[in-house]
Amino acid sequence: MIRDAKLWTWHVLAGLVIFVFLGLHMLIMHLDDVVRIASLNPAGGHPIDWANVVARGKMIFFPITYTVLLGAALFHGLYGLKNILFELNLGDGVKRATAVVLALLGLGLFVYGTWAAFASLALARSL
Amino acid sequence: MLTAKGYPNRLGVWGWLGGGRWGMERYLYTLHRLTGLGLIFYFLLHILVTSARAFGEAAWVASMGRVTGPLFTVGEYLVFLAFAFHAANGLRLAFIELGWGVGKPFEPVYPYKTSVDFQRPLAIVALLLAALLAAAGTLDFFVLHKGVTP
Repeated sequence: MIRDAKLWTWHVLAGLVIFVFLGLHMLIMHLDDVVRIASLNPAGGHPIDWANVVARGKMIFFPITYTVLLGAALFHGLYGLKNILFELNLGDGVKRATAVVLALLGLGLFVYGTWAAFASLALARSL
Repeated sequence: MLTAKGYPNRLGVWGWLGGGRWGMERYLYTLHRLTGLGLIFYFLLHILVTSARAFGEAAWVASMGRVTGPLFTVGEYLVFLAFAFHAANGLRLAFIELGWGVGKPFEPVYPYKTSVDFQRPLAIVALLLAALLAAAGTLDFFVLHKGVTP
């Protein structure tokens, strides 16, 4: 129970972190024509144009905040998913297996996403 | 060691999909779960798709090319709407968790007042915030913007 209470607290805190950093991500990627921040899409055009991806990729701010967002969102999402699945009267063995699979999935994607964020920084700075 | 046995969820998925005659907050709970499930499945794919930028321009362009088209624009828009609701309602839930904006505890004296009355304004503010975000997103996606993002 105590462990669950701690995990739930982390779940709420991760939600607040996501609110800030995903809000910023949405501002840059999806609200760029409503709220124009020219320095974050310096090449103009679409935020996913390669020139803009490289320009943002050169700023250390992005890999760091992406990594924080990645960790917070994976934990928040997968812990939430685990809680929903556990409500469906699963047997103890299935519960344990589900928890292990979700934890491994989260760890694997966190490692891969973090590598991609910092590899992009190195690539962008080499161009 | 103490262990929580909990209560069996006899209704399964319908136990949390159907809100019956419970208040608005019960339906916000259901919608929060549905949007959360949609967002986590999208996010897992989003990590894989956007990591292509680490492999250079050709990989990035190819990866973006695979998620382009009207179907993806609509899908992306639905993800944005899910984000708008889940973020605003999630903020409301965090406030309630921390005891903010729900009034002080009071002695239950007849005629009883329900705590929902004190939480309702927070729910309305959350829905207004979600609507504002959704409106801004709609403007960007379909009026001002040029299409698809990963």
